[in-house]
Amino acid sequence: MAIAKRSRTELATQRFEYAPAPESTDHVKIEKRYDLFIGGHMVKAHSQKRFPTINPANEEKLSEVVEADEVDVDRAVKAASKAFDSWSRIGPSRRARYLFRISRILQERARELAVVETMDGGKPIKESRDVDIPLSAAHFFYYAGWADKLEWAFPNVKPRPIGVAGQVIPWNFPLLMLAWKIAPALAAGNTVVLKPAETTPLSAMLFADICMQAELPDGVVNILTGAGKTGSLVVSHPAVRKVAFTGSTEVGKLIQRSLAGTGKRLTLELGGKAANIVFEDAPLDAAVEGIVNGIYFNQGHVCCAGSRLLVQESIFEPLLEKLKIRLGTLRLGDPLDKNTDIGAINSKAQLEKIAGLVESGVEEGAELYQPECKLPERGFWFPPTLFTNVSQSYRIAREEIFGPVLSVLTFRTPDEAVEKANNTPYGLSAGVWTDKGSRILWMAERMRAGVVWANTFNRFDPTSPFGGYKESGYGREGGLHGLLPYLELN
Amino acid sequence: MDVRKTYKLYVGGEFVRSESGRAYRPDGSVNVPRGSRKDLRDAVRAARSALGGWSTRTAMNRGQILYRAAEMLDGRRAQFVEVLGGGRASAREVEQAVEALVWYAGWTDKLAQVAGNTNPVAGPYFNFTIPEPTGVVGIVAPEEPALAGLVRRIAPALCGGNTVVVLVPESHPLPGLTLAEVLATSDLPGGVVNVIAGYRKELLPWLAAHMDVNAIDVAGCTPEEVASIEKVAAENVKRVVKHGADVMSPHLITAFMEMKTVWHPIGV
Repeated sequence: MAIAKRSRTELATQRFEYAPAPESTDHVKIEKRYDLFIGGHMVKAHSQKRFPTINPANEEKLSEVVEADEVDVDRAVKAASKAFDSWSRIGPSRRARYLFRISRILQERARELAVVETMDGGKPIKESRDVDIPLSAAHFFYYAGWADKLEWAFPNVKPRPIGVAGQVIPWNFPLLMLAWKIAPALAAGNTVVLKPAETTPLSAMLFADICMQAELPDGVVNILTGAGKTGSLVVSHPAVRKVAFTGSTEVGKLIQRSLAGTGKRLTLELGGKAANIVFEDAPLDAAVEGIVNGIYFNQGHVCCAGSRLLVQESIFEPLLEKLKIRLGTLRLGDPLDKNTDIGAINSKAQLEKIAGLVESGVEEGAELYQPECKLPERGFWFPPTLFTNVSQSYRIAREEIFGPVLSVLTFRTPDEAVEKANNTPYGLSAGVWTDKGSRILWMAERMRAGVVWANTFNRFDPTSPFGGYKESGYGREGGLHGLLPYLELN
Repeated sequence: MDVRKTYKLYVGGEFVRSESGRAYRPDGSVNVPRGSRKDLRDAVRAARSALGGWSTRTAMNRGQILYRAAEMLDGRRAQFVEVLGGGRASAREVEQAVEALVWYAGWTDKLAQVAGNTNPVAGPYFNFTIPEPTGVVGIVAPEEPALAGLVRRIAPALCGGNTVVVLVPESHPLPGLTLAEVLATSDLPGGVVNVIAGYRKELLPWLAAHMDVNAIDVAGCTPEEVASIEKVAAENVKRVVKHGADVMSPHLITAFMEMKTVWHPIGV
């Protein structure tokens, strides 16, 4: 026993030194400033306001984008309306071919996109390279094939496009969220005006270039940069008939309220506070990997992150020991380094929010654990963090932190696990770890959440519908169900 | 001499007077209980407690109970024709209501096969999507057709495993209140359907704002009412369901449902 213990402790403190392995950036060209993508071209904005977009890993300015104003939004929506007439009527198989083409270009320019995504957003290159960009391309490829098969998907009703879709996306998966929004909208025959998040506009600007390269008809996709104000102008424009938003529950509620009585169609993909539930019979090593992936993937900037770990009491100690050891091996640092596990926090504001919530956890009485971890001097960073001794009433157990912060709670019986997991206004995702098949299905049935990962976590696929229960929003993205928000069915 | 019927609200499987003790006379003669905010809250609580049992019944069992409701309604045709005012149009409406119950009864154990999927993800995972009930559904019943319209809204919500709180039309509450008598004798567990009558302006804002109501069907609302409902519905991201009163469709069942996707690795 003693020997085993010592060797484990040694492992925990042992450091593997890696030589730096930075991804090269010389093949990437970021313009000094970007205009707006309206009617098929990069056009000069009416708005005189510009703001910088920075690299959160070193706070250096990468470029400057426009804060689109009312006139710009109106122009973009008009361009989309004009394009809708022809786009909704061209042969569906031609629509499909444009989407296939976009998917292929995304694959061809994958590394460039991955590097830009990492520079602008702070996520590790291995994630943008292996997750964000391939999934974005796959999403376009999947929905491309649907464009000329809608009647087969929805028999006995006449599926028709809605019109201009106004889409507002977050900064955690900039290009992937763009793909989730644009691909199904276009496949169904709609045209779009999309606003990327203010801290991560660059991959959307590259996507504008890809639309031009694909010779997508003018105005089918329009991209406006800006902050919340621009977003609210987009969703409230009277000619926008469909609104899709991914972001915080707070803003989602504002949008739902602001669209009241307008007859606009709305889908919301909002926040989460997912439970990741580990039973005593679970394969612990696999569970530890799932827990780490669940909350530290993308610095925890994931709406479906497994931010509440529910551990069966009997395995609390061994699991926590393994988890802490694993935390000690995570490598935090330069997002462009191919060995980096945890990159930079997306923005100063987000860093402050995370720090504030972590402070509240300490104040409320939870026990903080952070592995020894050197943070770079410049940029925005937060070490992987774990709280034990957490009560369900603590803010860190109730509120979405959107950072690398895990709250650990315990349970004794399956019923208690269900009760605790569902004790939240959110309902986006849940995780279950157990070796017992019947229990997996029993738990999956009882989770009030749109996605249940059993013996895995944070898996995504274009064919797999994603979206929330309760205050995590409504509507699905991905799969056949992902077409529904963009179609009229009568 | 007639033995007259006292009309009551239907809450938690029981026929009750309004806790407020009030009544109103929409047609000038019959006293109808004028439900209060408290009655509405009781109804939501009853619906929430009934949800676990109803949503976990087998789909086949839910189908049998909906079909039983059709049988009970069919057996009381004459009474409903009278409540609706008599004549061929009323007879036709009762037939439509029976038909809606039979149609949705047959959907309970087929919906998941039409609206669910297995999804061929690009990796060693088994992945499937199934529809599940949204939860407690508020239904603002349309004024016309008072019976068929109401049944066409309730049936899809029940078909999917939800429990409901119905506001019957203020000016025309009797068909809905009488329908409660049919449902009470159809093996539908208490609390699965709750029926409240009363003044619309007293009840609607509270139903729309209730934090334990997951979805609201606005078939019986004016555009102004829809706008104000949508505003307060945002407080708990309530689903606001807007379909014509004459629609029957599996898409109406799924309008009261959530899609759940489950992943599991495949391996030895």
